[in-house]
Formats: sequence, C-alpha cells, structure tokens
Amino acid sequence: MPKILKKEKLNDNVSRIVVGAPHIAAAARPGNFIVVIPKENAERIPLTIADADTAKGTISIIFQIVGATTKVLDSLKEGDELAHLLGPLGVPSHIKNYGTCVIIGGGVGIAEIYPVVKALKAAGNKVITIIGARCKDLLIYAEELGAQSSELRITTDDGSCGRKGFVSDELKDIIASGEKVDYVMAVGPVPMMKVVCDVTREHKIKTMVSLNPIMLDATGMCGVCRVTVGGKTRFACVEGPEFDGHEVDFYGLSDRLKPYKDMEKVAHDHVCKMLQGTSD
Amino acid sequence: MQERPASERVRDFQEVPLGFTPEQALAEAKRCIQCKKPLCVKGCPVEIDIPAFIKLVAEGKFADAAQKIKETNGLPAICGRVCPQEEQCELECILGIKGEPIAIGTLERFVADWERENRESKIENRESKIGGKRVAVVGSGPAGLTCAGDLARLGYQVTLFESLHVTGGVLTYGIPEFRLPKAVVNLEVEYVKSLGVEVKTDMLIGNVHTVQDLLKDHQAVFIGSGAGLPKFMKIPGENLDGVYSANEYLFRINMMKAWQFPDQLTPVKVGKRVAVVGGGNVAMDAARVSLRLGAEEVVILYRRTQDEMPARKEEIGRAIEEGIIFKILTLPLKYEADDKGWVKTALCQQMKLGEPDSSGRRRPVPVEGKMFNIAVDTVVVAIGNSPNPLIPHRTPELKTEKWGGVIITPEGETSIKGVYAGGDIVRGAATVISAMGDGKLAAKSIHKIISA
Repeated sequence: MPKILKKEKLNDNVSRIVVGAPHIAAAARPGNFIVVIPKENAERIPLTIADADTAKGTISIIFQIVGATTKVLDSLKEGDELAHLLGPLGVPSHIKNYGTCVIIGGGVGIAEIYPVVKALKAAGNKVITIIGARCKDLLIYAEELGAQSSELRITTDDGSCGRKGFVSDELKDIIASGEKVDYVMAVGPVPMMKVVCDVTREHKIKTMVSLNPIMLDATGMCGVCRVTVGGKTRFACVEGPEFDGHEVDFYGLSDRLKPYKDMEKVAHDHVCKMLQGTSD
Repeated sequence: MQERPASERVRDFQEVPLGFTPEQALAEAKRCIQCKKPLCVKGCPVEIDIPAFIKLVAEGKFADAAQKIKETNGLPAICGRVCPQEEQCELECILGIKGEPIAIGTLERFVADWERENRESKIENRESKIGGKRVAVVGSGPAGLTCAGDLARLGYQVTLFESLHVTGGVLTYGIPEFRLPKAVVNLEVEYVKSLGVEVKTDMLIGNVHTVQDLLKDHQAVFIGSGAGLPKFMKIPGENLDGVYSANEYLFRINMMKAWQFPDQLTPVKVGKRVAVVGGGNVAMDAARVSLRLGAEEVVILYRRTQDEMPARKEEIGRAIEEGIIFKILTLPLKYEADDKGWVKTALCQQMKLGEPDSSGRRRPVPVEGKMFNIAVDTVVVAIGNSPNPLIPHRTPELKTEKWGGVIITPEGETSIKGVYAGGDIVRGAATVISAMGDGKLAAKSIHKIISA
C-alpha cells in the first residue's frame, strides 16, 4: 500500500503529503489527478497531483480539509499507508509554447496550477501567475510559484497580502496594460473560474478551466461528474478535468456540487467522533 | 426452490432465494434422465458436463460434482445465481417439454455452496508446464477472472489488473448483495488467486501502463474491461440533482456500501418516490435496492410492455412481489426541478406498441398528445451501458465497432497481434456467462498460439 513519506501543514486547513507511488510518478503529467481512499470505509476522492518526482518515485498531493474523507486523510501521519491510491487519471494539460500565459489559482486551486506553471515555463512561455485567497494565512505555494513563474501576482480579499481584491482584477489590469495574453488557465472555486472566463471572453483569449465536480470511480463509469460543455454532456473524469472555460455551464456545475452537503456534515461529525477515540 | 418472503426481504440486503437443502438436491438430481445426447450442454456457453455433475449429485458425491463443474467453469457459485438458465441449459432440458425442466442452476449453486462450506476438494498441484510464460489480464470481472483462471491452470504466470479498489467488476459494483452475495464473489476471486494469479487492484490500464507496454513483458494480453459507460437518454433535466445513472446508484450502494452510511462514508440519496427508467436486470436491481433503502414508492418506467422487458422473468416476478410498480408504455421526455435544483417531476409520453422492429419486438410509438407528469424525487437511468472507451481511446491500433465494441476474430484476438478481448467490452452489455465463455475461448486461443 502506498506510504505517506512526508506530511506538512500548509495552513490550518490545507495539508501536503508526499506519497511513494513509483508507477503513478512515472506516468503522471501536469493536470493529471489521483483518486485516494485513505481508509477502507472512506470515500473515493479525486485530488490533483501537485508534483511528481520520477527519480524518487513519489507524488505530492495537496488537499483542503472540507469533509469527512479529507478529515480522515489528514488524520494519517508520516509512515502511515493509504488504503488505496489510483492514478494518474484524466487528460493531461495541453502544454506547448503559446507565447504569454496567465495562470490563475484560487484557494486550494493554487496547488493545482503548480505543475502546469512549471511545464509551461519549461516549454518557453512567458508565464504570469496570479494567486488569490481570502487572506494571507490561506495563501499557499507563493514561494514555489514565484520561483517557477516569469512574474507572480498576489491578491487577497482582505488585503492582508498583495492586492486587496480578486484575481480577476489583476487579470483585467494585465490585459489593460497592453500585454498580449495568448492563453489563460484558471483553477479554483466555481465563481472565480466563471468571472475569469467572463473577462477573457470579451477579449477572445483561449481559457481553460480545471473542474472539480463530485467523482466516484473517476474512470468514466458512473457519470456523477457530468458537466455541460458547449451544450453537450461530458464526463470530467475521463474527458477533463480541463475544458474550454467559455463553453462550460458553471451554474449547472455549482448545482451538481451541492446534493450531499447535508449528509457530508453527518459524515464529518461521525468521523470527528471516531477520531477523538484514536487521536493522540 | 424456496425464497424468503417479500415482506421480510425488502428490509435487508440478504439473499432472496434460499437454495436447496441436500435432500432437495438429491431428489432433484434423481429426476434427471441422463440423456445420451444431452441438449442442456449445448445450451451452456461454457459447456459444463451437466448430466455428469448431476449424476454425481444424485449419488451424494457433492465434492466430486463440484470438481466436475470446475473442469469447465471456475465460477459456479456465481453462475448458479445469475445465469439466465431458463434461456440456456434449462430451456433445452427434455423434461421441460412436458413438465418442469431440471433446476440445473439451483443444483449448480447447491454444489458450489456445499463445496465452499465443506472445502473438501483440494486444489491440485499446478507446476508450471509452460516455463514462465506471462499473460496480462485486464479487468477482474467474469471475463477476466475466467481467462486468468484457465491460463493459470495451464501453468501460465498471470497478472490480473483491476482499476477499482475491489475485484469482481460488475459482479461487485453492479449486482446487489441480495442477488449475489459479495462473500460468494470474494471466494471465487480467492480461488483464482489460489491458482497462482497475481491480482493488482487500483491499476488503470491505459493510464498507468498502455496495452503496448504490457505486450513488452507479457506474451499475450486479454482485455476484459467491460461495458462501464452509462447511457443517458439525452433529454432535458437529466443532469439535475437526484438523477443518477444506474452505474452511479449501484456503485454507491454495492461497491461503496452506502447503505451502511455513515459507518461507510459514501452517501447516497434515495428519495420517497423513486422512478427507475428501463426494463432490464439492472433496472430491477436499482428498483429493489431503492425499496431496501427506504423508498416509499418505486416505479419502473418502461416504453414497451412487460413481455418485452429484457430482465429475467424470475427477477421481474420478485420485483412485483416486493411491491415495485410497473408503469409500462411510458417514456420520460424531460425532468423538472424544484427551486433548489432537485428533480421533482418526470414528464412522460404515453406509448403504444406498433409494428415489430429489427429486434423482432414490437416498436413502441407515441400516443399522440397523451402526456402526463409523475412526481419523483429520485430518478435512476437504467437504459444500458456501452463498452468502456478508455482502453480503445488510449490504444489507437485497437479496432472497434462504431458503437464502441472491440472487434475480435473467431479466436478472440483483436486487431493487435497477441491482444485478445472478450465479455462486455466486445459485446456491449450482455451476460456474465457469455463473458465467461469469451474469457475461456481467449485462454484456449492464447495457449494454442504460445504452446505451438
């Protein structure tokens, strides 16, 4: 079973684990994700591969504690094993020399853009990275992204770090400054991705978004991750998770993220009770 | 065969038919007239020597009977439960002309269960006669398990790759506990493992390794990746919350054990009024599962009539006994949501039967202007599955039919030399036993080529 080799807290709600999984590390490409079942009774949850080290045979996974299963995952320590790990999944990001790219990450989505930024830079692009969070404490990976990007811009809702405002404000400024933007990618909360797409649509800039619908098997079998793209139903797990942002029905996507909210709370409380018995 | 009463069984997930007692099995086996030219064997896709195993049952030699079946069928406890015997061996039984055919399926189940509980039959020593020849089998459903088991028995070193975290394929994620207990599936998988097959779960072939990668260190590859792609009707409202594909619904319940929520953390929402669209075995399973999870009213919506339903007659009968309502000649046109985006009504078209179509069944045609609403809070779309497209997509050399089925030769070989395929990835959604037949054929062909 895949072992957790390293674990660190990036902030109160976000953790990073490095897992030994040579077969996944060897096959992973930027934009791929994995499905993890941290313990046998937990859900199958999809998480982006934030980094892969082929030489060491490891992958990094960054996750936010939002529900029962991420809570279980976060209860595991260095040296513990994951019950199940499947990947790499999904269609990788299309990496080529576009020219100038603006890559945008919001919240935990910041972790997901890291491998893409790295690969686009290596492909010869000018990469302007914009990251945003509610406040400074929730910003992750700023240093790492700064090192990989041509330029890094930061926004926070409360102004505690970088510009006070939203990632879309920065994007608008970049476009207004006369910078010729050839490609935009956005990963983060649904409203953020929608706003970014609204901005780039006006300027006809190709924009990809990485979607995060509910998934189950994540191999194309159940269809729970279906989203409407360009009027057609697509399965995000095998046809995505990246799609042309100008074609995505974000309202439908938001609705399909909701159905288990009440049960997730029940499961979360149940897990907290169980963990109380075992925690040190 | 005795069954648990409907009123009792709808409250749990335990098995419905109770099977034979040894006395019942003896009595039934003695009815067999041991035909010189047995037609039943012809009706069996894996050609079990049916009269021979029944004779052994009649003599009380249950362990020997089990061995006799296992000569050709590695999964008798499963086949005894889910094979459509009434269309196969039992349909051909000569006694069926004037009376009841021999209950071959129930006898098969009895023998397999008896062997499992008594474990007298030992596994013969399987020294490798093939000299370390390796075969990769993709998918641990009925096709893959059979192919892997047969090859291992011939002395091959077999690795079985499964993309999910549990083995068994559709036997595990698709067929509910009350129709096929998972303990039965697990033991059959253990049996195949005991033959020396190495099982690797959480390995998605196509992504982790390509089929071409596998060919580099295996002499042959068998693809049994199933029909996992759910079909939708492509009607308005199908993406609303509360509308499930049967795959998702059953996967949550069977595979993730959502019926034990929150001890099992995967949720499922079964409403008070559930509508299941379709008339096959999967539709019956989804409907009966809904009752067991507390639905007050479960309706099957089917565009033809009960006579045309593809589900097994006995499963239709059990569904009716349990209180499932059949709304035949009914075709959903669109679903509408409440103000929270949750499905609340299914607008349906009244149908009638017209002229027969190419399948020989009378074609359903709309009754002009006759539409009606059905109140629902859960919809399960169970109108079939297509071959899983993942491996074909990642393997451009692999030729497929327009509808997605992998094309094979009569020997089971695909358009790639050394790569074989069988089961639902070739046929589209078919039966467990036909998948097993395909797995068997491929194993035979692989052995013939490699040992030549």
